Amino acid sequence: MRVLKLIFKNALRHKLRTSLTVLGMAIAVMAFGVLRTVVDMYYEGLEATAANRLITRQSVSFIFPLPYSYRDKIAKIPGVETVSFANWFGGTYKDKNNFFARMGVDPETIFEVYPEYLISAKELATFKQERNSCVVGSTIAKQYGFKIGDIIPIDGDIYPGKWEFVVRGIYKPRDKSTDGTQMFFHWSAIDERMKVDMPGRAGNVGWYIIKIKDPAQAAAISEQVDAPFKNSSNSTKTETERAFTQGFISGFSSLLNAMNAVSYIIIGIIMLVLGNTMIMSARERTNEYAILKTLGFSGGHLFGLIFGESLFISALGACAGVLLTYPIVAGIEAVVPKGFFPYFFITPSTLIIAASAALLIGVAASIFPIQRALRTKIVDGLRFAG
Amino acid sequence: MKIPLKYTLRNFKSRRLTTAITVAGIALVVFVFAAVLMLAHGIQKTLVATGMPDNVIVARKSANGEISSIIVRSDYNVMLTLPYIAKQADGKPLASGETVVIINLAKNTGGLSNVTVRGVAPEAFLLRPQVHVVEGRMFKAGAREVIVGSATAKNFAETNIGSTVTFGGNQWTIVGKFDAGGSGFDSEMWGDNDQLQDAFNRQGGYSTMTFKLDQPEAFNAFKAAFDAEPRLQQFEPKIEKKFFEEQSEAMASFIRILGIFITVVFSFGATIGAMITMYAAVANRTVEVGTLRALGFKRRSVLSAFLIESLSLALIGGVIGLFLASFLQFFSISTLNYQSFSELQFSFALSPSIVFTSLFFSLFMGFAGGFLPAVRAARLNIVNALRSA
Repeated sequence: MRVLKLIFKNALRHKLRTSLTVLGMAIAVMAFGVLRTVVDMYYEGLEATAANRLITRQSVSFIFPLPYSYRDKIAKIPGVETVSFANWFGGTYKDKNNFFARMGVDPETIFEVYPEYLISAKELATFKQERNSCVVGSTIAKQYGFKIGDIIPIDGDIYPGKWEFVVRGIYKPRDKSTDGTQMFFHWSAIDERMKVDMPGRAGNVGWYIIKIKDPAQAAAISEQVDAPFKNSSNSTKTETERAFTQGFISGFSSLLNAMNAVSYIIIGIIMLVLGNTMIMSARERTNEYAILKTLGFSGGHLFGLIFGESLFISALGACAGVLLTYPIVAGIEAVVPKGFFPYFFITPSTLIIAASAALLIGVAASIFPIQRALRTKIVDGLRFAG
Repeated sequence: MKIPLKYTLRNFKSRRLTTAITVAGIALVVFVFAAVLMLAHGIQKTLVATGMPDNVIVARKSANGEISSIIVRSDYNVMLTLPYIAKQADGKPLASGETVVIINLAKNTGGLSNVTVRGVAPEAFLLRPQVHVVEGRMFKAGAREVIVGSATAKNFAETNIGSTVTFGGNQWTIVGKFDAGGSGFDSEMWGDNDQLQDAFNRQGGYSTMTFKLDQPEAFNAFKAAFDAEPRLQQFEPKIEKKFFEEQSEAMASFIRILGIFITVVFSFGATIGAMITMYAAVANRTVEVGTLRALGFKRRSVLSAFLIESLSLALIGGVIGLFLASFLQFFSISTLNYQSFSELQFSFALSPSIVFTSLFFSLFMGFAGGFLPAVRAARLNIVNALRSA
């Protein structure tokens, strides 16, 4: 008990130094947390995937379309429950900076294959009925102030021309990792216009979303989907939604690796700050340690004193850092456009890693001063003059 | 009277470990700071080098990149009738209608990524003199052949000369490797436009059109003629250099914003580290400061001595950090570019302004960390200072 009190008193002896150290650590822990959150954001898309969904796309790359006629062939495969499809529409809403996903979908099945997009039965029924209607995610509805009955004008690029869609529903994301930034409208509305403007491009869909009965059958069903189209000019590639998303993420891997590396450099910096403080404190107290030893305190006591102080300071820094992470992440979230980063939130594992890294640093920072204190002979310690 | 510089330098020696830790901290911060700026600069440099100042590229107004732009052939023909387009010796316009698509290829490091495939007309090589074949030969018109950019060849598996790539239901033979002078084209794959349009079912039109202006300053005049043409209202001409620079914007600003956030945070850490060190230096040397003052050194001299100590610590750290960061120039990174949605290789690029900013930044940390402790040292009372032990 008395040792604890001494640790506490020691830590507060240089109030300025201790508070600077705690502040420095808190900022670094916060930076670590924010950076991990950014990296997590990329991987969060994986959390949103379902094991019973397959994605079929053109095998060359997803920018090439697939014939609509594949739909019935896929639906006949045993184990397939529902086949839905979508088209990447692209385009611009007022300004190029207003980015969110816009897709032409099959209104009959899209909310069946994506049960995590919650929409009321009434809104869904209206959406199905009206050819020029659309459904938007609640996140972008909030951001851009879309309300039921609003008309959203889109300037087409992949599908040239001016387009207008009436908001007839707003879907809510079920889970934290569900994307609430998409806009869905009728695929047939696009196709009708294509039939007139660019007949060669009618009857195409971007990709198929297949809901299967048994996730264990995913590989077998994927093969069965791809097999009949293998030698056609529109060969397909079917994979689980997770593998599909992973493919997107792997493109950013070098950027993610760089961010990971930086987050570990941050830990290195926290270490230097705390290590410096501990080394300086221990150095100034060389005489005291010698006196303690003379009084009969063992090496274990010195160990406890220095170790405890280091751990105490790092724990304070970790707590402050974790508390600081929340407002900063919220601030960044408010600044960046939602469409780019639909999954920006702090995961518990980030906080756990940040806090345990800080504590580990507390341990590591005390090693050197402890070693020095234990090794110094009493006589030398008493004679030491700073 | 000034306190000799030697005094400052000797102090570093007597507290070697603490000095080294502080310098290391600042060096790390400057290293990351410089690295981030070099990366953002590298992307921009690559994409700026992609465009020529007297080339103009026309794309659909609402398109974010070349792949989502479509120019149907009738509109393309209207564009060719506009004035200020340079002519070749035979009177044909010096213009290239290009089809840009992306295909999936396996990366060397594992996983698939997107590669831009550009269908070009022979004029494309006149428009972009920086592109030339360095190995193998040029693709033949009318053949299912492609040439690969040097970065694509480096980063993707099975992209050697003689290998085949399958897309559009056909096998395409890689017959050559081209170098595009470190520009974005290095990360592409080029083939005959007609063949590619055929394979990709894009006979209906091009993605973009690039042409040379007949005089470098004619862009505004061309744009006026372009905007006056009612059939081309959905399209927008841009100087090629500017177009590609804009393609780097999202990526460069993402890196820069993230980087600046990280470094600001880092600099707090390093400044605090320097402050702790300097406060300790002052506290440890109270008697010394008292002695100096008793010897007749002014408060101002004490202040500047400690400030110089902190600034030189920071400068040493800054130089070490920058020195280490300069080695990053040997590395390049290949990643997806948000805007073109395809792989782009770029390297860390150092510029004089980055060197200057980094050193200034390190001095700033030294000043911020050293000022308050130096003031404390300068304000010490002589008698009390001499008495403290």
